[in-house]
Amino acid sequence: MPRISVTVDGIRYDEEVEPRLLLVHLLRDRLGKTGTPIGCDTSNCGACTVLLDGRSAKSCSILAVQADGCDIVTIEGLSTDGTWHPMQRAFHEEHALQCGYCTPGMILAAIDLLHDDPDPSEETIREGLEGNLCRCTGYCTIVRAVRRGAREMSRDQEGAATS
Amino acid sequence: MIPASFDYVRASSLDEALATLREHGEEAKVLAGGQSLLPLLRLRLAYPGTLVDLGRVEELRGVADRGDHVLIGAMTTHYEVVTSPVVREHCPLVALATATVADPAVRHRGTFGGSLAHADPAGDLPAVARALDMEFVARSPEGERVIPAADFFLDYLETALDPGEILTGVRVPKLGPGWGFHYEKFHRTAQAWAIVGVAAAVRRSGGAVEEARVALTNMGPVPVRAIGVEQAVRGADPGANGALRAAAERADEDTDPPSDLHARPDYRRHLARVLTRRALLAAAGAA
Repeated sequence: MPRISVTVDGIRYDEEVEPRLLLVHLLRDRLGKTGTPIGCDTSNCGACTVLLDGRSAKSCSILAVQADGCDIVTIEGLSTDGTWHPMQRAFHEEHALQCGYCTPGMILAAIDLLHDDPDPSEETIREGLEGNLCRCTGYCTIVRAVRRGAREMSRDQEGAATS
Repeated sequence: MIPASFDYVRASSLDEALATLREHGEEAKVLAGGQSLLPLLRLRLAYPGTLVDLGRVEELRGVADRGDHVLIGAMTTHYEVVTSPVVREHCPLVALATATVADPAVRHRGTFGGSLAHADPAGDLPAVARALDMEFVARSPEGERVIPAADFFLDYLETALDPGEILTGVRVPKLGPGWGFHYEKFHRTAQAWAIVGVAAAVRRSGGAVEEARVALTNMGPVPVRAIGVEQAVRGADPGANGALRAAAERADEDTDPPSDLHARPDYRRHLARVLTRRALLAAAGAA
């Protein structure tokens, strides 16, 4: 079996994997990262979105062997020393979830879209999240949360730059 | 579902990938970004014996300005294509259409060559390849050959590539100044496949349309050029009431649109005419 080495949420793991093992199953079943849910099984819904080398990717449509050598961030790796990531906080404060199933993928896709546009318009956010479905249809609060998260992330960065 | 078992080879060079393909014959399948293949494996619609992963073959990646054309490496991701200054400047239609492929996460992984070699009639890029007369560069252990877009797409999910061949890159001719472009697509939900799509390039001279190229997505098992529209629109004044609309009425000529749960053939024919009118108007700058 192929041996792979991946860094997940800051910790390095060396694993022997079957070639057919999907990244999402590696994360959930082998590494216990159950914060990454499986939604649709067909790469439509985006619930299983993680950051792979810094950019959003659907972990149900990647083989674990393809991620060999990569750095992966799941929803469980966003907080630092018990403090939530500003985007997590914004989703909480704007009440941007009902059942919560899409939330990990939404938050990671939201962080990803800020790479290309740190101050996104409502339209940019809606397009940037087109690969993430919320079946409770709570999109209005999600868009509000992303705008709030973006503001707080840029404020944090300005603060870090001036301090 | 979990895919059926297969062997996996990660190629570190094109030559190694070609040798592995030859060794395993028709049981082997090339893995590019996997954004179409992985769902097929999960649904158990494909049972390759061996996957040959091109993910680390750096020589297949990147965009190069080659004077009269732009060479897009087969393993260049959709995201890299959309954000490439060379593509945006010289092949705007490619950038426009690629930006509508699936969603951002898929565009980070999915590749330009992979989606063309997959040859899904509902995919957006094959029609763009036909509209721009792209050329497909394929390598086998015997050497390299170049396949024009008109000969590349043979049937549903079937291309002119031999089992032992790998698509290494695609040449996109530069059309020069004076052209306008648009990709118009109708789909049920944001990131869904096109029910029908229209790629249009229009060159105007002194106001009137001098030349147009129009190709259709999902109006048959392979992408098709709307020759009737291209002929009818020549000399038309985009500002004149109904001139482009009349040309667009010919969009569904010689097409063979599929029937599926999203649309019947007659509805697809209607969509082809409507979307072609919109695409022509936008490409002519008259929308």
